[in-house]
Amino acid sequence: MAKQKLKRVDLIFSQECSCKDIISAALQKPKEEIVKELIDSGLKGRGGAGFPTGLKWKMAMQEKGNKKYVICNADEGEPGTFKDREILDRVATKVLGGMALAGYVTGAREGFIYLRHEYKFLIPKLEKVLEKFHIWMDDFDLDFKVKLFIGGGAYVCGEETALIESMEGKRGEPRNKPPYPSSDGYLGKPTVINNVETLVYALMIIRIGADKFKSMGFEGSTGSKLFSVSGDTPKAGIYELELGMTLDEFVKEFGDGDAKAVQVGGASGFCVPRKRFAETHIGYQGGLKGFSLPTGGSMMIFNSSRSMYNVLHNYLEFFEEESCGQCTPCRVGCQQLLKGVEAVKRGEKSQKYLNDLLRLAETMQLTAKCGLGQSVGNSFSSIVENFREEMIY
Amino acid sequence: MSKKMINLTIDGKAVSVPEGATLLDAAKQEKVKIPTLCYHEDLCIAGNCRVCVVEVEGWRVLPASCATPAMEGMVVYTNSPLVRRARKDVLALLISEHSTQCTTCYRSTNCELQDLASEYNIDNEIYINLLKDKNFTIDKSSWAIEKDESKCIRCQRCVRTCAELQKVNALDVINKGADMKIATFFDTVMSDVVCTNCGQCINHCPTGALTERRYIDEIWEAIGDPKKHVVVQTAPAVRVALGEMLGYEPGARVTGKMVTALKHLGFDSVLDTDFSADLTIMEEAYELLDRLKRKLVDGEDVSIPMMTSCSPGWIKFIEHMYPDHLGNLSTCKSPQQMFGAIAKTYYAKKRKIDPKDLVVVSVMPCSAKKYEAKRTEMNDSGFQDVDMVVTTRELGHMIRQSGINFKEIPDSEYDKFMGESSGAAVIFGATGGVMEAALRTAYEVITGREIPFDGLNVTPVRGMEGIKDASVKLENVLPEYSFLEGIEVRVAVAHGLTNAAQIMDDVSIGESPYHFIEVMACPGGCIGGGGQPIPTNEEIRKKRAEAIYTEDEKKTIRKSHENPEVIQLYKDFLGKPLGEVSHHLLHTKYTRRERV
Repeated sequence: MAKQKLKRVDLIFSQECSCKDIISAALQKPKEEIVKELIDSGLKGRGGAGFPTGLKWKMAMQEKGNKKYVICNADEGEPGTFKDREILDRVATKVLGGMALAGYVTGAREGFIYLRHEYKFLIPKLEKVLEKFHIWMDDFDLDFKVKLFIGGGAYVCGEETALIESMEGKRGEPRNKPPYPSSDGYLGKPTVINNVETLVYALMIIRIGADKFKSMGFEGSTGSKLFSVSGDTPKAGIYELELGMTLDEFVKEFGDGDAKAVQVGGASGFCVPRKRFAETHIGYQGGLKGFSLPTGGSMMIFNSSRSMYNVLHNYLEFFEEESCGQCTPCRVGCQQLLKGVEAVKRGEKSQKYLNDLLRLAETMQLTAKCGLGQSVGNSFSSIVENFREEMIY
Repeated sequence: MSKKMINLTIDGKAVSVPEGATLLDAAKQEKVKIPTLCYHEDLCIAGNCRVCVVEVEGWRVLPASCATPAMEGMVVYTNSPLVRRARKDVLALLISEHSTQCTTCYRSTNCELQDLASEYNIDNEIYINLLKDKNFTIDKSSWAIEKDESKCIRCQRCVRTCAELQKVNALDVINKGADMKIATFFDTVMSDVVCTNCGQCINHCPTGALTERRYIDEIWEAIGDPKKHVVVQTAPAVRVALGEMLGYEPGARVTGKMVTALKHLGFDSVLDTDFSADLTIMEEAYELLDRLKRKLVDGEDVSIPMMTSCSPGWIKFIEHMYPDHLGNLSTCKSPQQMFGAIAKTYYAKKRKIDPKDLVVVSVMPCSAKKYEAKRTEMNDSGFQDVDMVVTTRELGHMIRQSGINFKEIPDSEYDKFMGESSGAAVIFGATGGVMEAALRTAYEVITGREIPFDGLNVTPVRGMEGIKDASVKLENVLPEYSFLEGIEVRVAVAHGLTNAAQIMDDVSIGESPYHFIEVMACPGGCIGGGGQPIPTNEEIRKKRAEAIYTEDEKKTIRKSHENPEVIQLYKDFLGKPLGEVSHHLLHTKYTRRERV
């Protein structure tokens, strides 16, 4: 059952217990127990894709071979998302703790934080934390070292296999899947790659127990997550909330009283119009009746003064540039969607052309090579379907 | 040994495929054709064009069949309404950024995109034409390769070819999003980059984005000029591939018809590069013996292994990548260039033609030959030795233009003075052929006996394995070669520049165990050359190679040193192999080049 109240949580940034102690206690547990605990907790990837974290670790754990890697995906590039930066700024040791756990469980001895180029200002701070962390690792007798890797600034490198390609010195282009990184990751070795926030939750779950974590959220979308709230809101910022809230509740808390739409999940997410706020829940799909929208945490609120055409145009310009260009549906599709809405707006194409573009967006969702290309159609379709008149007039 | 089998359903039919097979493989096994564009048998899987998508029950998306392994219990549809619609959309998208001036495209009717557009009835008007806003250019700077961005579909087949098969990496992907394109390092023009001109990118391009620089019109002009005496030479590998341009299946031998057709086209004399291949063997075999003698007897610092120099793609490769080892290259010019130098001297004299009025045209399976002909050092006859080079493909076009019904014409023989050849010469066209030809002659020169292989067929150096090696023990040698008595001569053969690089890495650290190495830039040797009919793949290369060895079998003369016209040439003009005239006309030197 969905919880009816929007509830704040304090796991990510909480300092109630020494980080060293949390890691130390976690490392006392057998590997299998940690994996079981994570699977029980129902934790899903907080980067937005929502793959069960425990399962990911288990798969990498079961891979043979003595060379494995743990990668923290800090290439936070989704428009409207700014939580990982805050995590790394305030509680980087927790992130490293999560990585150490992943290393301990899978047998990886090397980890990397793939830090987006724009977060370079964090490097001095992170290096200090790493120094401390490596001393802890020595204290715990755990052979695990973490290095920083600075990205080159491409959005697509947030996609895990493109990120790995980029780390290997190649163009940041997503790979064909399968195989997945858990068996064929960095340098072809088994690799656990998790979002910054996911790693913190993994550590915290081992501390508080799966049951306590599961008591939050709802079936299939357990626990809490960080939300980056922006747009037309008097309370822009980062909030840790229980999963399962409706957009109605969300907008009541964060809106400016005039919200006409919320873009859930950034440019690659969905646009929800006011009339559907009540029936739309925030969580992973499948657990609830009605709409459940997953998100990497980006929540952009638009009030009635905003042109949704401009919003969409802005997203499409972003995608047209940030597609890696490798596969046809994404490379050409993004250009066509952008040029298409412009042509309709200018009256060069009839409004019926929007139907062709909606069909194209669906083709992109079905045929693009990676999650980026597949999700461009999300914002396009949800904005065009819900604000069609704004696209035309 | 038996591999685990995977059971799945394709279009309602139960199918069993070995583990590791892709959905595309599985469909192929069931004779179901799934359209592809970025897929090529020679290359690794890219999965980026998305034309080969299929529907899999329970899957949220349509996966690319080329990149998706068959999994137990999968239920796959290759031709569902959703699949057809998706493919149509993907094709329409490709066409929206493609210059669709098919009527004037060199690759028209031999274009994979055009075929699919026609198969799927793509409406050119669905999407907005994106070409207008792009500043696409046509790069005609190279003597060998033309690159037209407006026809590129970004499948990256050329990129993978240049990297995987050739280890050259002249072409790569630059920019992202809408600006993503295939380019050279820093988007420099093709003439100024590390490119071997091998043309494998052309041969692997599904469209007209990469083509050879064409000289068809210049040749028609020369033929039409009454003052000019135009001779044509045909490379060994052309005769077993030209048929594919003119309605024959791969592996057809069309030598006699090709000669007839060339005469119809109006060439004053139809001659054979095979003649100069025999000549090359004479010079190269004696060069090898000379090097061995200088090394073993005179104690000179001579570069061993000696490496063949027939393949201009390979020459440019070693000049760029291993410039410290140019001394290992045989100084012999390639058969094409030997032909040009002899044509403008010996032949001109014999035929009483002023060499300035003599035009030498080559038909080559190769785009790098276009570059080779224009190298500044290739003018030892006093003129540019070879004037124009066309590929097998261009000749196919010329024959079609001429209106000849190729399949119906009779066979003819090559013309005199430079038209006779041995079986050893024709096998130059396949990987290992130069080595085999050289061994047939060198062994006999050293021992006075025929090489001890059944039917003169040196089978260890034949076949499609990337690197082959063999050894021949020298016993009971003739007195003048006593320094070779008891020596086991070790030879190696590499084709494809990636394999060449592997051999060179051993050479460069001084660990190569070989005396003589043959390298051909292209997979399969010249039969798989960058100027050959498209498609070219492993199966087709094998058929062309078979045809080459059949040509050899059918020849009465099987050894280069027994070619009567070559014997005559030495008697009348050159004197002896490595003699002064040979040195002047038939040998060359190489240029150190930068790696970037």
